Amino acid sequence: MLAEYRILSPTAILGYGFPESSFAAGLKKKPHLIAADAGSTDPGPHYLGAGVSFTERQAVKRDLALMLTAGLDLGIPVIIGTAGGSGGQPHLSWAAQIVREIAAEKKINFKMALIHAEMERDFLLTKLRQGKLSPLGPVPAVKEQDITEAVRIVGQMGIEPFIRALNQGARVILAGRAYDPAIFAAPAIAAGFAPGLAFHLGKILECGAIAATPGSGSDCLFGVLNHHSFTVEPLNPLRCCTITSVAAHTLYEKSNPLLLPGPGGMLDLSACQFKPENNPSGESRMVRVWGSRFIPAAKYTVKIEGVKRVGFRTVCLAGCRDPVMIKNIKILMEKVRERVKDNFSRENYRYHLDFKLYGLNGVMGAVEPLKTTKAHELGIIIEAVAPTQEIANTICSFARTTMLHADYPGRIATAGNLAFPYSPSDFATGEVFNFHIYHLLEVDDPCALFPVEIVNI
Amino acid sequence: MTKVKLKSLAKVIRSKNAGPFELTLDIIFPEEHSFEKVRKSGVLNATLFARLYSLDINQILSVVEFPAALAIKATLVRPVPSGHLGDGDVYGAQQHAPLLNVEIPLEEDS
Repeated sequence: MLAEYRILSPTAILGYGFPESSFAAGLKKKPHLIAADAGSTDPGPHYLGAGVSFTERQAVKRDLALMLTAGLDLGIPVIIGTAGGSGGQPHLSWAAQIVREIAAEKKINFKMALIHAEMERDFLLTKLRQGKLSPLGPVPAVKEQDITEAVRIVGQMGIEPFIRALNQGARVILAGRAYDPAIFAAPAIAAGFAPGLAFHLGKILECGAIAATPGSGSDCLFGVLNHHSFTVEPLNPLRCCTITSVAAHTLYEKSNPLLLPGPGGMLDLSACQFKPENNPSGESRMVRVWGSRFIPAAKYTVKIEGVKRVGFRTVCLAGCRDPVMIKNIKILMEKVRERVKDNFSRENYRYHLDFKLYGLNGVMGAVEPLKTTKAHELGIIIEAVAPTQEIANTICSFARTTMLHADYPGRIATAGNLAFPYSPSDFATGEVFNFHIYHLLEVDDPCALFPVEIVNI
Repeated sequence: MTKVKLKSLAKVIRSKNAGPFELTLDIIFPEEHSFEKVRKSGVLNATLFARLYSLDINQILSVVEFPAALAIKATLVRPVPSGHLGDGDVYGAQQHAPLLNVEIPLEEDS
């Protein structure tokens, strides 16, 4: 059995980039694995719904090319989780196409596993009827209609499908939606290391150098796991890991920092300890962690994420530099709403018309504690969402022209109320989606939902 | 009793999504002294977060102390889920401002 397992995490998200010098320093430490997470729900529901990546192709290709050639040179696996940003079928195909292109250009060959994560609606309907779906956090219970009207639903795989792919001889794994730490933990657990430590190390590595100080989402982090503890260390001499930076990262984006649920069990950090340590070169840039435990769940659950389409959006960008108008902005907004409603009363349009007022409450909306503004200018976004792009365009355009020329109390600037920075002033942004499924699915076999497809590149 | 603003005691005050339906707020202190001061004051409780974010108390999902990171963390139901119509902060990364000026009463150091 291996005494230690070394992992190179090049970047927080595939496509966010990393300095080649950091990456080279990591390769010198002879890693057993290079892995990067490629996804997140943070950029919102659009990407899962539209089937596109929130990172750009050339940036992803640059990162992947460096990782693939290094992995093949060292004879170690390269693993990508949540390929294409959301891990659905179009996302996985997009990432696989980039890998094929790199392989052709670099003239490299390898066995690749594609692990699929998109869920069949009929399968989920059956599971719903069997009572195997439950809300994850403050989400309404899922109904049959939610599943049938979903545009796309993905399941978040745990370590098991990765281990299966490795056992089938895959040198490169591109996975659909995956639990972020699983890409790091799976090969380590398969090599005989403790799941608690392996998952916790994966939790820290999945965001690259964000766990260092100064933090960065576009730099590398190196992890060394043994049978009692692990260390994390940045590879850029500008950064170091401190107890605070590592422990603080454990808080990041999690509901409860001590108990972190995931596929198949719970990571319990309540007895976890952190200690600064010198690296083999005598520099104090490394933190050692131990005491992390994994508690297997009585029933294996997988998180599923789904989106539905709620319409099409058009936005108009504008500004206002008139103090009287700023004072009366709410009156003007209501006037515009009423005029739009009245003008199209015969058409019976369904639409959402909203104004974001930057300088007043654009960021926090109704929750904004400051109810008045001292700003001398406001940024204004007029937004229309409607069942078709044409209706959204119509509502947005009509609201814009109305707002441009409407009267308000004390008005002295009568030529026009809005400053448009661009022509055209309106932007049709296409389909709008909502996350409406964010649930736990009880499964019997953690691999059954996530077919492993082996392809020779 | 003197009062001091949270932003002058904490090193990090930040907000972020914890999934599309929850918002999580981290307050991280530079050293144990300030962490203990704020922790003992009891000011950062569910009632405060409910008031600051116009939520019901049962929408404050947790307020947890994490001494290993010298941190206090609160998780709330997002007022509007990420990316839903009406949301203005898809990543939830700019919802921390109401915390900056929260006043912490200090017991006089004797």
